[in-house]
Amino acid sequence: MKKLISMDKIKPNEKATVRRIETCGSIRRRLMDIGLAENSQIECVGRSPMGDPSAYLICGAVVAIRKSDCSKIYVEV
Amino acid sequence: MGITNSSVGKKAASGFEIKKTDEKTFTVALAGNPNVGKSTVFNALTGMNQHTGNWPGKTVSNAVGYCSTKKRSYMFVDIPGTYSLMAHSAEEEIARNYICFGSPDAVVVVCDATCLERNMNLVLQTMEISKNVIVCINLMDEANRKGIKINIGMLSQRLGVSVIGVTASKKKSLSVLLSALDNLESGNYYKIDYPEPVEKAVNIIEKNIPEEVKKKINPRWMSLRLIDSDLSLESEIDKHSGGFAENAELCLAVSKAKAILDKSGFYPEKVCDAVASSLLSKAHEICSGAVEIKESYSKTDRRFDKILTSRLTGYPVMILMLIMIFWLTVTGANYPSQLLSDFLFGIQDKLSELFYALNSPQWLHDCLVLGVYRVLAWVISVMLPPMAIFFPLFSLLEDSGYLPRVAYNLDKPFRLCNACGKQALTMCMGFGCNAAGVVGCRIIDSPRERLLAILTNSLVPCNGKFPTLITIITVFFIGTSSGLFSSVASAAALTAVIVLGVLMTFAATKLLSETVLKGVPSSFTLELPPYRKPKIAETLVRSIFDRALFVLGRAAAVAAPAGLIIWLLANISTGDSNILGILSDFLDPFARLMGLDGVILIAFILGFPANEIVIPIMLMAYFSLGSLPDLGTSAEIGALLIENGWTKATALCMILFSLMHWPCSTTLITVKKETGSIKYTLLAAALPTLMGVIACMITAEFCRVTGFC
Repeated sequence: MKKLISMDKIKPNEKATVRRIETCGSIRRRLMDIGLAENSQIECVGRSPMGDPSAYLICGAVVAIRKSDCSKIYVEV
Repeated sequence: MGITNSSVGKKAASGFEIKKTDEKTFTVALAGNPNVGKSTVFNALTGMNQHTGNWPGKTVSNAVGYCSTKKRSYMFVDIPGTYSLMAHSAEEEIARNYICFGSPDAVVVVCDATCLERNMNLVLQTMEISKNVIVCINLMDEANRKGIKINIGMLSQRLGVSVIGVTASKKKSLSVLLSALDNLESGNYYKIDYPEPVEKAVNIIEKNIPEEVKKKINPRWMSLRLIDSDLSLESEIDKHSGGFAENAELCLAVSKAKAILDKSGFYPEKVCDAVASSLLSKAHEICSGAVEIKESYSKTDRRFDKILTSRLTGYPVMILMLIMIFWLTVTGANYPSQLLSDFLFGIQDKLSELFYALNSPQWLHDCLVLGVYRVLAWVISVMLPPMAIFFPLFSLLEDSGYLPRVAYNLDKPFRLCNACGKQALTMCMGFGCNAAGVVGCRIIDSPRERLLAILTNSLVPCNGKFPTLITIITVFFIGTSSGLFSSVASAAALTAVIVLGVLMTFAATKLLSETVLKGVPSSFTLELPPYRKPKIAETLVRSIFDRALFVLGRAAAVAAPAGLIIWLLANISTGDSNILGILSDFLDPFARLMGLDGVILIAFILGFPANEIVIPIMLMAYFSLGSLPDLGTSAEIGALLIENGWTKATALCMILFSLMHWPCSTTLITVKKETGSIKYTLLAAALPTLMGVIACMITAEFCRVTGFC
């Protein structure tokens, strides 16, 4: 198995597969609602001018998520 | 920026009570993810003008509309867009409660063809609650263009309900939806398989749900929610089916079920996850093979994003965009403004003749023609042209999908103020109308962050303040000569004022979040929708008729009585001076401290109902006769102001105070409705006022000491 990195570490244009979600609280549910769950494919598509939040392609839609919210999501590149 | 009766009027904050007109009417709920074009479908079906825009959360209040086919008449309910029905935000709760307990005869789930798999999650959740679901896949044209192929027949077969593909912007394509509704037959609840322990627990509870409840609500779904410990739902079920808490058997079953789950290691959070991921994998299963996506379908969007949100160009493009909009507004409005003014003041002469011909007393003529009519004419000629240009331009921007990028760009600075990037969206709505901006704050989930956005909304100048700002800027800082340079300079200066307003918003937000509304920023997800080419002709017509004329009508309704009042104040005298003089003398010392004068302050106070009338009232008051002179050109206005002791310092303070003072009455009423608290309403008025007073005093003092300006 490959090494897991947190989701905020993937660079723009890099694709990854979600392996473990350790985010807690309401954001965890919200992420699931928009299709971010274990084994889903994501792609980082860009960062905002100040470097945070970043935009991710999830389930066919582009969603902006903050660094603090995706630092506990572990993905495999 | 949806400025309509329903967003600033009475209906705005009303709850969610929808009653059928009669028993025969077939009620249809329109559900769907945010920004899938639900409102477009709604408008096309009902012929109504619910405002639409390309960003999630556009519909924050509920709209009801009607339409009928040969078979029956329909009532459509446009419910707020949600990703799920698990109810973790106010909108989700509204949507779920309506689908679940509002007993609509059918639920149409509107989906976005370009990201169907995610939309399927909501479809499945809705089908767990309702037996009468139709799936309406919108934006088929866009999907086509992007090379996404959807096998509608296969989806329909897999889901067991009718699935139709439409392009809501083309009205004709919706006839399929109506015929699907005409032929709708009640099916079964959709059954999703959950992990074994969850199934076991559900079975235990399901058996104990009373028969009469089973008729109304899917017992399987209800059992699931009961093990989910969803408190908001429990109380709702209690309200609708009565005596849930007292049902001992059911309560026992729930605790038994929870014990089973606990034993198999399914703690509450894990149950939640299991339910959510079962839904997701089912959605994936249904779409796989039925939806074909080309790998490179969003290349153009990413290229746009690169320019509009990159580190280097993101902010400059934002500023340039603002300057361009204002430049078009300022230059485009000049000529029509002049024409309108000539025309309306021409009518005034005719009106005067008419009054004299009818032998009406002089005072009646003066107060109606010189008081009411002149102010009205001024407001219309100064306001209508810029609004007729600004609103459509802004709508185009809104339809294109740029606004969410603004929120994306500004999230970090807002987060540093412990707030949320979505506040940028509500701020943008504030440009159109602060009342609409305040209602728009409902898109922010966290109550604390929503309050921050509501309380600071009036720090971005609304459309009604633009004429004031433009007039002062042109007269005192740019010069009234025409030409490309001066128009670009005015636009840039206006943009600078707006940027100042935005900076003040940051400051006020930070201040509030450090004092009254302490807290850490909550989490944040914001969808960045695909860019869409706005439909120019339609936008033009829509925004002029729906927005510009509505706002103008409101301003005019306020301007007429205000004109009368100011005329009376200026013409009723006690002793040597008139009331206006006495009042302005009284306020003068304080106003002087702020670099203004008594008359300006009175104008602001009388302008409380609408910011648009501040300048006309001020000019009328200066004109000692107490009526508005024929001031066609900015140069004439400038001359009058300088005659009354204005300097550049006065103008600067006027701009600052115009930017920061109490919100108009409509906005405050809306704040009261949205927050439900007098305290916060007062704070919403006091905060910008204090900031304005302080800023003006500092500026005035600075100018006095340094002799600058």
